[in-house]
Amino acid sequence: MTLELASVSYRYAGYARPALRDVSLRVDDGEIVGIVGANEAGKTTLCLVASGLAPASIGGRLLSGSVVADGQDLARIPVHGLAERVAIGFQDPATQLSGATGSVIEEVALGPLNLGMPGREALERAHEALDALNIGDLAERDPLRLSGGQGQLVVIAALLAMRPRHLVLDEPTAQLDPHGTRLVADALRRLAAVGTALLIAEHKTDLLDELCGRIAVLDGGALVGDGSAASVLEDPRLVDRGVAPPSRVTIRRAIEAAGAAP
Amino acid sequence: MTARADAAEAAHREAAVQPGLEPEDAALVARLVPPVPSPYHRLNPLTKAAIATAGSLAAIVVGGYPVPLLVIVAALVSAEIAGLLGRLVRVTVAVGLALAISIVLVSTLTRAGETVLFVIGPFDVTAEGVDFAAQTLLKVFALSLSIGLFTLTTHPRALVADLERRGVSSRFAFVALATIEAVPAMVRRAGVIAEAQRARGLDSEGGVVARARGLLPLVGPVLISAVTEVEQRSLALEARAFSRPGRRDLLWAMPDRGAERALRWIVGGVLLAVVLGHLGGLV
Repeated sequence: MTLELASVSYRYAGYARPALRDVSLRVDDGEIVGIVGANEAGKTTLCLVASGLAPASIGGRLLSGSVVADGQDLARIPVHGLAERVAIGFQDPATQLSGATGSVIEEVALGPLNLGMPGREALERAHEALDALNIGDLAERDPLRLSGGQGQLVVIAALLAMRPRHLVLDEPTAQLDPHGTRLVADALRRLAAVGTALLIAEHKTDLLDELCGRIAVLDGGALVGDGSAASVLEDPRLVDRGVAPPSRVTIRRAIEAAGAAP
Repeated sequence: MTARADAAEAAHREAAVQPGLEPEDAALVARLVPPVPSPYHRLNPLTKAAIATAGSLAAIVVGGYPVPLLVIVAALVSAEIAGLLGRLVRVTVAVGLALAISIVLVSTLTRAGETVLFVIGPFDVTAEGVDFAAQTLLKVFALSLSIGLFTLTTHPRALVADLERRGVSSRFAFVALATIEAVPAMVRRAGVIAEAQRARGLDSEGGVVARARGLLPLVGPVLISAVTEVEQRSLALEARAFSRPGRRDLLWAMPDRGAERALRWIVGGVLLAVVLGHLGGLV
């Protein structure tokens, strides 16, 4: 079971140039693949296309290629049917919470209820999702009064409750402090361990260094690198592409530049 | 709160939980039902809406003194039962004071009449003007007390859940609720943007002109951030199958007992009788 983008080119409505150009990428079950790139490199667009929301929900046009999840072309699935296959989370938890529920458990159960499940089953899924992220104790809290890290975990739990096979996250820790980032990182590692395929766009290369087996590099909408996390993050050209290497690489280079032994 | 009131509220919460849940989940959901501390709070949202609508319409359509006064007294008694008398009066006065002052001034100073009570400069204050002002004030306060009582005793989520249970589209119900709930978030965001603009030298203190000038650099960022937020929220909801057609199950909804349904018919009947009586010259 895989999520696969095959030679995908995508253009937003009203733009002459494509935001993604001939991107091919494959994420297998249990694999965590990171996406790095400068601002405007196309990371968010890649996430939207990989989840099927672009062009289905936000418009624009797939100029070529296809996005296939578990053998099914996402272009042939109605938008509400995508949720069970490829879930997508964004960077700001505040704008992803529905704002229409008074508790975390209701927020997490909202997706399964939207799918037409009876309340009993929706709550069962919500409990499972909260437990998977070790945040069962938040069940009765108001989702709008959580810390950033807790809020992002609730958002991820809400996505997990849809039981997607693939999870796409666009800068999930961008607004989180180190503690919140740690909470999310631990949760993602646990998800991968139970077979969820994860595609994560992030600026924090330290986090990707720790989490990902593979990292792809985007530049100007095109994939310019794809390899093991170690090889990609060690690549000296990364800085030229607007990506800061992880701390370990920066420190080692500084030591080498100073003439000391690493 | 007394033990009896606690028990009544607990029983109401349990009755709000939709059937079919596991016992543990039913207990959990019962705790999530918004607080309903008084018998008036515990009325079904539609019943409270019917009462507020009937009171407002009767006061406005019939006018005069008796009906609006009756509506005001009924609203105040209900507010006392709900433990909200002081709050309702404060809110009503705060909301209606400016309107009341303008009604009194315009009606008493400009309304022509035969019985001049006294003269203020170029204005004759007539008995007819005072009478009109008093009747209009009663209508305004009957209306604002009725709506205020409904608003203060009905949680938006309870109202929306009730509407959804009655067949209103979940999409409409969600948009209505999210809009209500978004207002405080937008106010918070506007505050953050105002702070950021002040940090960059925006002068928003001082006189009316300075404040008005200071508003301009805030409007753009607040509107743009609101639009961006709506776009992101709609994408996030799409990712959770929100656009799926058909009805969805609810975890809880305020109970609607037979007695309340009867009460709504009675309220509707009384409103109809009062209006017809008024049109026939009886009220």
